[in-house]
Amino acid sequence: MSDNQLRDAIAEAIKENEIILFMKGTPEQPACGFSARTVGVMQALDVSFASVDILPDPRIRQELSALSQWPTIPQLFVEGELVGGCDIVMEMYESGELAQLVGGDKDADAAPAGEPPVADSGLLQPENRLG
Amino acid sequence: MPTADEIKQRIESTIPEASAQVDGADGVHFQAVVTSPAFAGKTRVAQHRMVMDVFAGELGGSIHAMALTTKTPS
Repeated sequence: MSDNQLRDAIAEAIKENEIILFMKGTPEQPACGFSARTVGVMQALDVSFASVDILPDPRIRQELSALSQWPTIPQLFVEGELVGGCDIVMEMYESGELAQLVGGDKDADAAPAGEPPVADSGLLQPENRLG
Repeated sequence: MPTADEIKQRIESTIPEASAQVDGADGVHFQAVVTSPAFAGKTRVAQHRMVMDVFAGELGGSIHAMALTTKTPS
C-alpha cells in the first residue's frame, strides 16, 4: 500500500466512524500511559468507539499527523473533527464538555456499548509489520 | 535553550492580550497555562495550535515537550 492509499484509508476511517481513537496499543492493552488515560475516559463515559493501533507501522502515525496537523498520539476524532489528545480529552471530560460532545444525542442508531467496533477495514492493517 | 521566562514572553507578545504562566525548570519540558480572549469561540485544538504555532519548528527539537492548558478570561 502506498503512503497515499494509507492516508486515504485513515481519512476514510475518520469519516466513517462517529468516534475514533488513534492510539498506541489497543483499548484492551494500551501501550502508553496517555493512550491508556484517554481510553479510560471513553470507558468511563460508557461510549463505544472505534480504535486504530498506530504502532504496527510507523507510516500510520506519519500520515495521521500530516492529515490532522497534530503531532502527538493519542488523537480522538468525533464526527470527523479532531477533538484533541490526552490533555484536552481529560480537561473536557472533567468539565463535562466531552460527555456533551460524545453522548449529546443518544438515538436508536447508536451502537450498543460493550461491542466496540474496530476500524480495520483491512487497509489499516499494514502489510509489513515493521514494529 | 529557552527559559520559562522567554517562553512566556514569546507567547504574550504573539497572542493578542495573552497572559501566560510557564514552568520548566529543566529547560526542555515546559508546562504553560495561557489565557487570552483570542481563544474565545475556538476549539481546544485550535487554541493549542495557536500556542504551538509560536514555537513552530522548535517543539520536538530544542523544546522537547510543552504541556498546555488554554483558557479564556472569565
